[in-house]
Formats: sequence, C-alpha cells, structure tokens
Amino acid sequence: MTNSPFTPGIVPGRLQPEAYEANFADLHEPLDGHEALVAADRCYFCHDAPCITACPTEIDIPLFIRQIATGTPEAAARTIFHQNILGGMCARVCPTETLCEEACVREIAEGKPVLIGQLQRYATDTLMAAGVHPFTRAAPTGKSVAVVGAGPAGLACAHRLAMHGHEVTIYDARPKGGGLNEYGIAAYKTVENFAEAELDWLMKIGGITLETGKALGVDMTLDSLKAEFDAVFLGMGLAGVNALRADGEDKAGVMDAVGFISDLRQAGDLSALPVGRNVVVIGGGMTAIDAAVQSKLLGAETVTILYRRGRDAMPASRYEQDLAASKGVRIVFNAMPVAVLGNGAVTGVRAEYTRAEGKSLMGTGETFDLPADQVLKAIGQTLGGTPDGLTLSDGKIAVTDAGRTGVSGVWAGGDCASGGEDLTVTAVAEGRDAAEDIHKALVG
Amino acid sequence: MADLSTNFLGIKSPNPFWLASAPPTDKEYNVVRAFKAGWGGVVWKTLGEDPHVVNVNGPRYGAIYGADRRLLGLNNIELITDRPLEVNLREIKAVKRAWPDRAMIVSLMVPCEEAAWKRILPLVEDTGADGIELNFGCPHGMSERGMGSAVGQVPEYIEMVARWCKANTRMPVIVKLTPNITDIRYPARAAKAGGADAVSLINTISSITSVNLDTMSPEPSIDGKGSHGGYCGPAVKPIALNMVAEIARDPETAGLPISGIGGVTTWRDAAEFLALGCGTVQVCTAAMTYGFKVVEEMKSGLSQWMDEKGHGSIDEIVGRAVPNVTDWQYLNLNYVTKARIDQDSCIKCGRCYAACEDTSHQAISMSEERVFEVIDEECVACNLCVNVCPVENCITMEELEPGTMDTRTGKVVEPDYANWTTHPNNPGACAAE
Ligand SMILES: Cc1cc2nc3c(=O)[nH]c(=O)nc-3n(C[C@H](O)[C@H](O)[C@H](O)COP(=O)(O)OP(=O)(O)OC[C@H]3O[C@@H](n4cnc5c(N)ncnc54)[C@H](O)[C@@H]3O)c2cc1C
Ligand SMILES: Cc1cc2nc3c(=O)[nH]c(=O)nc-3n(C[C@H](O)[C@H](O)[C@H](O)COP(=O)(O)O)c2cc1C
Ligand code: SF4
Ligand code: SF4
Ligand code: SF4
Repeated sequence: MTNSPFTPGIVPGRLQPEAYEANFADLHEPLDGHEALVAADRCYFCHDAPCITACPTEIDIPLFIRQIATGTPEAAARTIFHQNILGGMCARVCPTETLCEEACVREIAEGKPVLIGQLQRYATDTLMAAGVHPFTRAAPTGKSVAVVGAGPAGLACAHRLAMHGHEVTIYDARPKGGGLNEYGIAAYKTVENFAEAELDWLMKIGGITLETGKALGVDMTLDSLKAEFDAVFLGMGLAGVNALRADGEDKAGVMDAVGFISDLRQAGDLSALPVGRNVVVIGGGMTAIDAAVQSKLLGAETVTILYRRGRDAMPASRYEQDLAASKGVRIVFNAMPVAVLGNGAVTGVRAEYTRAEGKSLMGTGETFDLPADQVLKAIGQTLGGTPDGLTLSDGKIAVTDAGRTGVSGVWAGGDCASGGEDLTVTAVAEGRDAAEDIHKALVG
Repeated sequence: MADLSTNFLGIKSPNPFWLASAPPTDKEYNVVRAFKAGWGGVVWKTLGEDPHVVNVNGPRYGAIYGADRRLLGLNNIELITDRPLEVNLREIKAVKRAWPDRAMIVSLMVPCEEAAWKRILPLVEDTGADGIELNFGCPHGMSERGMGSAVGQVPEYIEMVARWCKANTRMPVIVKLTPNITDIRYPARAAKAGGADAVSLINTISSITSVNLDTMSPEPSIDGKGSHGGYCGPAVKPIALNMVAEIARDPETAGLPISGIGGVTTWRDAAEFLALGCGTVQVCTAAMTYGFKVVEEMKSGLSQWMDEKGHGSIDEIVGRAVPNVTDWQYLNLNYVTKARIDQDSCIKCGRCYAACEDTSHQAISMSEERVFEVIDEECVACNLCVNVCPVENCITMEELEPGTMDTRTGKVVEPDYANWTTHPNNPGACAAE
C-alpha cells in the first residue's frame, strides 16, 4: 500500500486494510441482555409519558421498556413495530437526544435519560433475529395502491396498507429499495447491511411488490398511476441538491455530500473508495456531519466543516457535533465559502466570516483560505421534480392532515412533503398516517 | 468514638455484629476469616447428632432480585451441618481458644428427647463456647424429622427443651424462633417460661422463590422437583422487625434479651433492630452476598450515626423505639396531614397522579403542562404518592396545625389526642370521661 493520509489529491486506500473495519464498526455496541435489564430498570413507567409525545411515531416507550424488564423483548418489539415498522432502523439513526431521550424525565432530572434508543434496538433486534414477522394481513380488500419511493415513508405506508388488506406496488427510481436508509444514513449507524435486511423482513408481510429502477416522471406519470390504482402515495424524498453559488463550484473535486455518502454506502470495499487529503464540508446538518466524519474515517488527514451560523443554530445536534469532534473533525462556525480555489482541480476554499444581522447573514469582510483537495456540499436537498397538478409549500409538496395533497386520490409524506422534520422517524410516521387515511378513504 | 462493644447475657463481643448460624459459620476456615474481617461473634452452624445429615447435591438456593440483579431475597433448602459432630466440636474449640474476645455461640438441633440434649450439651461445654442457641427454626428438611420449626411451632415443646437445656448446662441458652407461626409472642413466652436467657429471631420463612415456567418445577429445582425452603435477606426485614417489636413490648416478655436476625444488610438495618430492643444482631444473607468485608460498613456506619446522635454505647440505643410501637387503636386520629409536592424537585413523571387517580382518592391534579398538585379536599394522606414518587423528599406529608381547617372533612383540626377507642363510630367505644 502506497497511500497514506498525507498523500495529496483524492485517492483510495489511505489506511491499513484492518483500520476500515474498526472505523466503520457499529457506533454503539448493542446492549447485551444484562445491560438491557439494567437500562430498562431505570424507566419510571411514567404516566402519559413525555417520551411518547416526543417520539414522532408515538411508540409506547414505558410499555416496551417494561416488557424488556420482565424478560419479554419480543413483546416489546411488537409494541414498537405496532407504531413504527422501521423501529429497528429508527433505534439506530434517530437523534434521540433531540427526541424521546430529550423528553425523558430522567434527562431532565439528572441529565441521564433512559437509553430508549438502545433498548429499542435490543428489542427489535431480538425479534428480527428470530426471523419473525409479527403482523398478518387482513382479508383482501380488492383495492390497490401505488407508492412512489421505497424510503422510510413509502415503506411504512406500504406496510400499513398491506396489513389492511390492500395490494401495494412500490416504484423506486434506484436499483435498491430503502431510500436513504440504504443510500444515505452513515455507515457506522447501520452496519452489516441492516437496511437491506430490514427491507426483506418488512416485505414478509406480503401483498407488496417492489419495482426498482422505475421513476415517476420517466417510466410513469401521476396520471397513469391514478388511472391504474385506487390511490397513490408519494414518498420520493428529496432527490435534488442545492447549489453552492460560490465561484469555482464546478472545479474537479467539488461534489455533493449525499452522492459521496451514497457511493460509500454502496462500496463493497471501503479501501477502494477515494477521499481527499484535506476535505472541506460545507453545511450544518446531519449530512454535513456524516460526510465529514466518514471522510475522516476513510483516512483524510484534515476534515473541516464550514458552517455559516453559530453553534446553537446548527441543525446537527450537539451530540452529533461532539461525535464529529471526537473523530477529529474541526467545525468552523460563522464562516461561509466565497470561492473554490484551484486551477482545474480544487486546491482550497476561501471563506469569509459572517455575522448575523437580524435574520440575514452578512460577511464581515475578513476571509481565510483552507487547503482542500475535496469539497463536499451538504447544503440541503430539494424536490427532484414535481408531478403536475401538485401545489408546493416552501419547496415541498403541500399536504394537510394525514398527507392529503391538493389532488384527490394522492397522498404524500416523508421528506418530499411539507411539515415535520426531515428524519427517518418522521417519514415513518407520515407514511403510516397516510396509509390509515388512505385505508379510510378506500373502505369508507 | 462510640463504643460498639456489647455484653449479651454476659457474653462479650467487640461489636454487636454476629454471623448467624448458617454456611458462613459452618467451619473453622470460614469463621477464622470472619473474625479476621472483624465480626463480633458467630453462631456456629447448627450441630446435630451423628450420623450427620446429608444435603442435596443440586442447587440449594433460589433468589429474588431487584434492579441490576441486586439480591433482595434468598431461599435455601440446606440442612444443618453435614459434617461429623466431632470435627465441628474440635474446630469450635480451636477457634474459641484463638479468638477469646469474640462471641462463640453454638447452634444445636437434636431430637426432642432429654437424653439427646443431655448427650450433646457437655460436649459443647467442653469446647469453651460462650453459649448455645436452640435451633427451633429451620422450616425445611429438619422439621419433617420432628425438629427445627416442628418444635418451634409448639410452645410446649419450646418450653420443655429450654428447661432441659437450662438444667443440663451452665451455658446461657438462646432460643431461636421460627417466624412460621401466627403469633410470635407465644413461642417467646414459652422460651421464657422454660428459663431461656434470650430469644433470637427470625429464622427463615417457608417459601417458594419462583417456578421455572419451562420445566414447571419450583426453584431451586432438584431433578425437576422442588420443595419449600426458608426465605431470608433484605425482603424479610420488615417481618423480622415486627416480630422483634412484638416480643419487646409484650408485658410478659418485655426485658427478655433478644438477638435480632432477618435481613440485616447495612448498619442502618442493625440500628433499627437495636432500637426495637435487640442486644445484638445476626447476619447471614448480607455476608453470603457480599462476603465478610461488609461488616466494615456496618461498624463504621453505626459508629458514625451514634456519634452524630450522641449515643455513647450500644446499651443507650437498645429498645429506644419500643415505647413508640403501639396498637392501631391508640393512634391519634386528630393527627391530620396532607401531601405536599415540591414543584422544584418534581420531575413530572406522573406516577403520583396515576397512583392516586387509579388506585386511591383522586387527590392529585395534572395540568396540560404536567404540573401535579395535591387537592386538599380529596387527600386522605394515605402516603401512596410519597411511596411511589421516584424523587426522595419531593412529596412530603405536612401536618395541619390544630385550629386549621381540614378541607376534606370540613372540620377544624382538634388539638387533643383522640383515638379509636373513644371514637363515636366505634360500637365498643368507651365514653371519654
Ligand atoms: C446523509 C444523510 C444522513 C441522514 N442521517 C439521518 C439520521 O441519522 N437520522 C435520521 O433520522 N435521519 C437522517 N437523515 C434523514 C432521513 O434519511 C430522511 O429524512 C428519510 O430518509 C426520509 O425518508 P423518505 O422516505 O421521505 O425519503 P428517502 O429516504 O429519500 O426515500 C425516497 C425514495 O424515493 C425514490 N425516488 C425519488 N424520486 C423518485 C421518482 N421520481 N420516482 C421513483 N422513486 C423516486 C428514491 O430513490 C428513494 O429511494 C439523513 C439524511 C441524509 C441525506
Ligand atoms: C443457606 C442457609 C442455611 C441456614 N442454616 C441455618 C442453620 O443451620 N441453623 C439456623 O439456626 N439457621 C440457619 N439459617 C438461617 C439464618 O441463620 C438466619 O436466621 C436467616 O438467614 C435470616 O437472616 P438473614 O436475613 O441475615 O439471612 C440458614 C440460612 C441460610 C441462608
Ligand atoms: S420519560 Fe423516561 S422514565 Fe418516563 S417513561 Fe419515558 S423513558 Fe421511562
Ligand atoms: S457458589 Fe461455589 S459451591 Fe456454590 S455453585 Fe457456585 S462455585 Fe459451586
Ligand atoms: S411522582 Fe413525584 S416526581 Fe413524579 S410527578 Fe409526582 S411529585 Fe413529581
């Protein structure tokens, strides 16, 4: 092996082969049986528990934790899956520090919440390891529903519809289902191909056909779907990315963070994946953190996140920021890129400090240069294209209540729809709720 | 520094912490380790006649756990010593000679015939032991042979055997009582009537710890079958404390020395037994759970507390709480309290609300913002909310001053003591004069 973290340019194999496995191992080791009991014992079984309210899918957390504590993690898993069929993935990727665990009374009391996420993983892993699919389908209704997008929103919707006895066809533009579970989530949060395993497990309900490589707008139109199916659910996520709008954005070495992560997630051999020596990530969300951390884990010498506002405004939680810092990522706050430097290939980023004036951000005029052979843009995603007839709100498909769009017979949920945070768990909740609404509409 | 030394029936020990007759005191090796660790005395594992008994060769113990596998209750189906009498006697003698300042009591269980006791008593006396404890307690194995709790459940037998022993030895006689009876005062009175110098209690409580739901066998399971065992450890402390108190305040046995046993796990437990009238305490499960070193915490804790309270010696504590143990009918019905929630320490878990709303008196309100407040008009002061609140001292009971209105009853709190015996609702009330 000839490359090291100090090799200039964007090259593969910067680390010893065994380092990749260690770097991309499970972020949190799963709890063993005893650890789970100890963690479960800390739950107070609160009345009308605030953690439930804080979970977008409203899992009955005190109940499932009590089921773990009494030695029935399988029953706990059923409680979880009843509300959230992707409870396994959510247990791994939810920013619990801003959701259930933030609301846990023990977080408020002592700064140490009950480990809800890890307990959820313990329960769901136990049931899934047994290869059991806990639900069966209701009698066939004779109705069929098209779901566009096999991400968390689409899958949750499809599963709930199938449970109610409808026939579901999911279309996804990508070669694999799973959406960002498969292509976006950081590798160390979902090791051992969990996204794929979960998808297979979910499909065991039956009644769902997944057609990959089929894109709405290319292989079909909304009208054709409406004609063929009794209802349509749109869960296409955000397929587009925002432009940087800084000089030199077209230089070689500047790429989208989501594309970079997607390549990483699909790479069979991480040591074959090229990464820069000096990486600059632009943005402040989970994507920025994940891109930065994974660049570092791939062996980049320096990784810097440029975020235009202050720490408190950063969409990535403090926990995520600390995770990045612990892996050696430097976060520069209150700075924005003004130019990408280099002659053909990128050699650096010129940034300018910012200050907030009311709602708008102003450059202070003071600039600095960061060396970079790779620049990853993580400045937000956008709808990839909007089928005709749908109204938008803030760049997303406008929906009311349980995901109803302005067009009758068409529902939407997840990242592509208005409202809610862009999180896996929110997508699941929206997909599930839309399914219930569709079910009501179809069977009256 | 408080003086922890005790003089119980003339038997001196450097501290009140004795090891109860059980596996920790089964042989010289263990007892020497215990004395090195600082225990004040031991009651040697119960001796019987030869041929010695045999134990099961599978598991003897079953357990009940709290959070983090903290052992709360232990159950055993062990019998008395399963070593030859001669070996035990030789070891007792050696240990007593090497550790003259520690209490050495020998627990005994032989058949209910005077001749059997006459045979064994001189042998024990010869070891130089300080006293004997008559094991009328074990609820399993031995009771089927007419010994242990089979004797302890019949006051007449207790009195008879105690008398035989007093007649046949100069050693002080302690009668160890079984809790497997309905009223502990009867066996205690019998022991006293037989001339016993003291009682010790409690021995273990008949129990089945759990049932294996795969094999449908009680635990501990011996080849698919289980039998009841004896329950001990922290879980039995409240039962033991009550029985001790019953004896301490019974006019017929008041003043009879007591060695308190049952769930003593910390210095605090020991202090409570002492306060209820025990001159020493005996420990088994705590030592079996944590090893002999626990006695260090017991000694330092008791000593610190005594210093803080200004108690110079053990004698100053013994029995201090006995006058405050009374019968329900004498409790002051004019003592009125209300639950109070300290909003600053409340963590809004809602347990008080669920408990009161579902199972008590609907006396706690819950607002949209999860503020929990006591409704005085409904609060009967049952204390359930205090007991279920996970935050210590978050909910407290506040006494209503005489003269204030109890909004639940609509009555002004009376200043004077009044109890059930004079209450108008009591059909048998004696008119207050
Ligand atoms: C890098 C990254 C990291 C993230 N990390 C986390 C995290 O740790 N925790 C968390 O909770 N959330 C995280 N998120 C957010 C989370 O992944 C999304 O909120 C969630 O996946 C949204 O689900 P969805 O079903 O709406 O969309 P997606 O998961 O995006 O799925 C949409 C699917 O639709 C398909 N599709 C798109 N257009 C078409 C079309 N025209 N025709 C057919 N199919 C189409 C896509 O191929 C895709 O499979 C992360 C996001 C990113 C980008
Ligand atoms: C395994 C075991 C064996 C016991 N054997 C005897 C015994 O031989 N003689 C006896 O008087 N008590 C025996 N006991 C009862 C203890 O001396 C003691 O009374 C009881 O355990 C309660 O105390 P604790 O809660 O501190 O354990 C035994 C207890 C256990 C756990
Ligand atoms: S808030 Fe915390 S303690 Fe209360 S039920 Fe939820 S997890 Fe348990
Ligand atoms: S405690 Fe010791 S004797 Fe008992 S089962 Fe375990 S190893 Fe064997
Ligand atoms: S039980 Fe205690 S902490 Fe919980 S809501 Fe009630 S008063 Fe507050």
